[in-house]
Amino acid sequence: MKTLLIGEYREGKLLESTYELLGFAGELGAETAMLLVGSDNQLPAYGGTLYLADAATCGEYNPDLHKKLILEVVQKESPDYIVFLHSSYGWDLAPRVAAALKIAKISEVIAITDGGFEVGCCNAKMRRSVKPVTAKAVVTIQAGAFTAKQPGGTPDVHKLAATGGGALEFIGYEPAEKKDVDLGKAEIIVSAGRGVGKKDNIPLIQALATALGGELGASRPVVDAEWVNHSHQVGTTGQTVSPKLYIACGISGAIQHLAGMKKSDFIVAINKDKDAPIGEIADVLVVADVMQFVPALTAKVAK
Amino acid sequence: MKLLVCIKQVPDLESRFKPNAEGVWYNETDLAFRMNEYDEYAVEQAILLREKLGEGAELTVLSIGPDRVVEAIKKSLAMGCDNAAHIQDPAASAKDPWQIASVIATYAKDKNFDIIFTGMQSQDRGSAQVGVTVAELLGFGCTTTIVGFDYDNGTITAKRELEGGIKGVVKLKTPALVTCQMGLNVPRYPTLPNIMKAKKKEITVIPVAELQAEEPLATTTSFHPPAKKGGGIVLEGDVGDMVEKVIAILKDKTAVLR
Ligand SMILES: Cc1cc2nc3c(=O)[nH]c(=O)nc-3n(C[C@H](O)[C@H](O)[C@H](O)COP(=O)(O)OP(=O)(O)OC[C@H]3O[C@@H](n4cnc5c(N)ncnc54)[C@H](O)[C@@H]3O)c2cc1C
Ligand SMILES: Nc1ncnc2c1ncn2[C@@H]1O[C@H](COP(=O)(O)O)[C@@H](O)[C@H]1O
Repeated sequence: MKTLLIGEYREGKLLESTYELLGFAGELGAETAMLLVGSDNQLPAYGGTLYLADAATCGEYNPDLHKKLILEVVQKESPDYIVFLHSSYGWDLAPRVAAALKIAKISEVIAITDGGFEVGCCNAKMRRSVKPVTAKAVVTIQAGAFTAKQPGGTPDVHKLAATGGGALEFIGYEPAEKKDVDLGKAEIIVSAGRGVGKKDNIPLIQALATALGGELGASRPVVDAEWVNHSHQVGTTGQTVSPKLYIACGISGAIQHLAGMKKSDFIVAINKDKDAPIGEIADVLVVADVMQFVPALTAKVAK
Repeated sequence: MKLLVCIKQVPDLESRFKPNAEGVWYNETDLAFRMNEYDEYAVEQAILLREKLGEGAELTVLSIGPDRVVEAIKKSLAMGCDNAAHIQDPAASAKDPWQIASVIATYAKDKNFDIIFTGMQSQDRGSAQVGVTVAELLGFGCTTTIVGFDYDNGTITAKRELEGGIKGVVKLKTPALVTCQMGLNVPRYPTLPNIMKAKKKEITVIPVAELQAEEPLATTTSFHPPAKKGGGIVLEGDVGDMVEKVIAILKDKTAVLR
């Protein structure tokens, strides 16, 4: 079995997540070749075949051109699986490659099963086992689901010359909003999720954080609704935290939130839904209404 | 200008999910359905553009599914879409993203849409591929996960959200498709007068057989809950008792409470 792994590169750097692709291929027991639109001086520590196109001329985000390069290498290598990360680069590019080849595309794989793949569904509450019908398939893997593998060595580089633009013109990057709190250093974080109900209830969550001597965190919908400012957001598009204690109040436990806090030492979740996926990683799941439980806990802690 | 927005109706995600008879998707009995959250951002953005364009612009909302999806279609009409296409398909949930995308592309191909809006993903299926696949099938330019959108004279300027909160700014010419991310805008609530007005808007019903020719490229072999990792303590019951227990556990298992 053979995989073609599509590496990631942004703002002039090879992304570490590229090694998760090698972890996936290792679990699959497959041969590998890699394709990267990157740079000569940012080669992955990997001794296999590397098809390399220059990001300086191809652009870091130029999906039409990147697709063309991938299709060219697919012709040469005839891989069984073309593997991307399920990332802003991967979920954008992978369906284009699958459509061009008219082969199955399996999204956000979290595990390999007998002849197929395990994926999450229903906001991470449930799982599906999925199998491609076509001989080849495109797969995107969930960030963090497969342990990164850095085999070491120097790749056997085959340069790809690229020509032609695409439908898109990339203008540039905008940096993330400046943070006024560094949650990465906090020892205790109490986070508010949509289950908190409304902006007026945020002070009750803040009160528990204060009583414990911790910081206020938040899930994304709470930030998008402007109940809490962005610097408190935990998750893939917010901050990654690893406090001694993380208390999730009315947070369902979507993968993008978990990615930001699952390394916490101890996790308490308060949720009225006993099946909420946050329960999978919580050390303690309190099945209760946040608005009843949190003030009662704060009162006890404050004593 | 002609605009299209694609919406999916999904179950309330706080529900309990049980496998259906075939064991490959959820049983719909007892589930309440509503519009996919990501599609609400798509509908709102399409309406904002439609309002900016004024006279002569037309915004169609499309949904594939059984008759229940008409509820979500009506909500979009009450929010401000001009007309709707209900592609009637009682078996839509059994179709793979490739088939769903093919149906949308077949519907759209001779209608000269300038911009198509979709959600970045559906909350139940979560494949994040229907939108991009439609664009590929139609030969439209496409960008994904947008949190900023502007249109001027045949050019879209979009902000894509990347990991860690960084954004990428791109320009693309119409015809184009964009997939919408949370935080793009604040979707409006339909007002009562608009709900009344929407009753007169046209919903064209098209049986899926008229548009569907593709076979699936992937199949689902099982739908099940995640394997329980165990270990976690679950507390239920009286709030006062649970508070005592949590305090005791924190004192025992962490160094943060003394
Ligand atoms: C590309 C991408 C990036 C993303 N980045 C992030 C990110 O960085 N951070 C992030 O958090 N999300 C992110 N998301 C969004 C993520 O997918 C989820 O939508 C989000 O985390 C859900 O937030 P929530 O848990 O607060 O809300 P919901 O999922 O709506 O959950 C609310 C929970 O509260 C419970 N509840 C409701 N009422 C009560 C009550 N009275 N008492 C107790 N419990 C109650 C419900 O049972 C439910 O479990 C991202 C999504 C995408 C696609
Ligand atoms: N049955 C459907 N009818 C109309 N649009 C859909 C349907 N399924 C998916 N879509 C659109 O495609 C997007 C991505 O869905 P998915 O690929 O399933 O994650 C959704 O946000 C919708 O905009």
